[in-house]
Amino acid sequence: MATIDLNKSTIRELNEKLQGGSSGDKFIVNNTVGKHALSVGLTEEVDVEINGHVGYYCAGMNQEASIKINGNAGPGLAENMMSGEVRVTGNASQYAAATAHGGLLVIEGDASSRCGISMKGVNIVVGGNIGHMSAFMAQSGSLVVCGDAGDALGDSIYETKIYVRGKVKSLGTDCVEKDMKKEHKEELAKLLDKAQMNYAVDEFKRYGSARKLYNFDIDQVDEY
Amino acid sequence: MCGIVGLFIKNPKLESQLGALVAPMLSEMTERGPDSAGMAVYRDPNEAGCKVTVLAQDSEFDWENFEKSVHTNFSVDKFYVNQNHAVLSLSSSLDKVQDWLHDNWKDLSVTSAGSNIEIFKGKGNPADFIEQFDIKNMTGTHALGHTRMATESAITTEHSHPFSTGQDLCLVHNGSLSNHNRLRETLKRAGVQFKTDNDSEVAAGYLSWRLSEGDDLDEALNHAIEDLDGFYTFAIGTKDGFAVMRDPIGCKPAIMAETDDWAAMSSEYRAIATLPGAENARIWEPEPTQIYSWKRN
Repeated sequence: MATIDLNKSTIRELNEKLQGGSSGDKFIVNNTVGKHALSVGLTEEVDVEINGHVGYYCAGMNQEASIKINGNAGPGLAENMMSGEVRVTGNASQYAAATAHGGLLVIEGDASSRCGISMKGVNIVVGGNIGHMSAFMAQSGSLVVCGDAGDALGDSIYETKIYVRGKVKSLGTDCVEKDMKKEHKEELAKLLDKAQMNYAVDEFKRYGSARKLYNFDIDQVDEY
Repeated sequence: MCGIVGLFIKNPKLESQLGALVAPMLSEMTERGPDSAGMAVYRDPNEAGCKVTVLAQDSEFDWENFEKSVHTNFSVDKFYVNQNHAVLSLSSSLDKVQDWLHDNWKDLSVTSAGSNIEIFKGKGNPADFIEQFDIKNMTGTHALGHTRMATESAITTEHSHPFSTGQDLCLVHNGSLSNHNRLRETLKRAGVQFKTDNDSEVAAGYLSWRLSEGDDLDEALNHAIEDLDGFYTFAIGTKDGFAVMRDPIGCKPAIMAETDDWAAMSSEYRAIATLPGAENARIWEPEPTQIYSWKRN
């Protein structure tokens, strides 16, 4: 177990140390005071616990590592994550897990706008609410929201599955409510369990693509 | 990109430390705006008369001569020079003072007017600005600061924020407006005067115009949502506090925090993290188009 104090180490030193870790190593990071780009680009199965609020792009490009933030996260949390798990105990700001390809992001509090924008396979579980334009152009993976969703949820969505327990303020273009089939209930139950969120699957509704934007519609030729 | 900070003191005991608390916040926003900085400070009210801050572009400006002239023409409560700015607290009406400045001191521009507000701004690194203007020793009830990274107009002192938008009002802006040229022409026809080609000055001019048309601040900001096109987080300093508003899609960042002792806003949490008790503050992100304001009771 190594403890890194950001009052003493630079962000570059921190990231070099974390990136140099071997599978099974554990790290604790203190005195974050909203600093940017903490714990980014990790590629091994290390365990990182960050105490305090973090700034932009924490846990970006994560692979394999398990990163827990005891606090709030600024914009761009776990951007382009490939695998592993990132958990934040507080809230996350804009575009959490943007373009992320894999792994699990758990936000215990609220997520702000554009959560999961262009997500490409990541699973996201949000304990609270999410802001407007979330899952915009989301391609694959699942977004689970235990609270409410803001405006224009899933606008221009591809094949991401969205599960919302609370109210949806409005759905974006081509995003519609869909049936909860057996396989969806199974997937949702697994994700809730993994994220340690204690809600019943039946409380959720599923949203996804109506697939009307997939092909050019000749009736809309006048729009161009 | 730009950085905004705002600090509102709730516990009067901290008023003596306003500058010491807000200076590190501004400094922390240096990377968001390294080319100029500015600060509006609210303090030492002169309700009976008026308070005006003036700025001299000419570094050789003869402040002694100006001070003599102020004393000859007005009953002076307080006069002090801070770098290339001077603050005049006088027992006359604001109109009279502004007319006199306009008629006699063409080299000076007014950066703020009212009873409480003082605005200072300058080109260069925010750390130098804090040092030169001795921000750390400023006292007061609340302050708004700005660090600028110019994206659409020149780097000069006059292009720097905060912009005065009326008596005891000022605006700082992070973002960019796309319809400012046309709006500036419309506002000019309505009698609003502009000193620069800066987009944020147009937002300030717009709010001044709405307020002069009878809007209160909330109404003026709601009209701004309709008429301003672009991205913005605005912080507006008022005599009693300040207000914060983000554009309809919340493109530009803002974070707010509050404790029993203070309320603060900034572009990023790391500026707020410098405040005492920040780790236990209530922290949230303002919703788009919602107006958040603090006011002294």
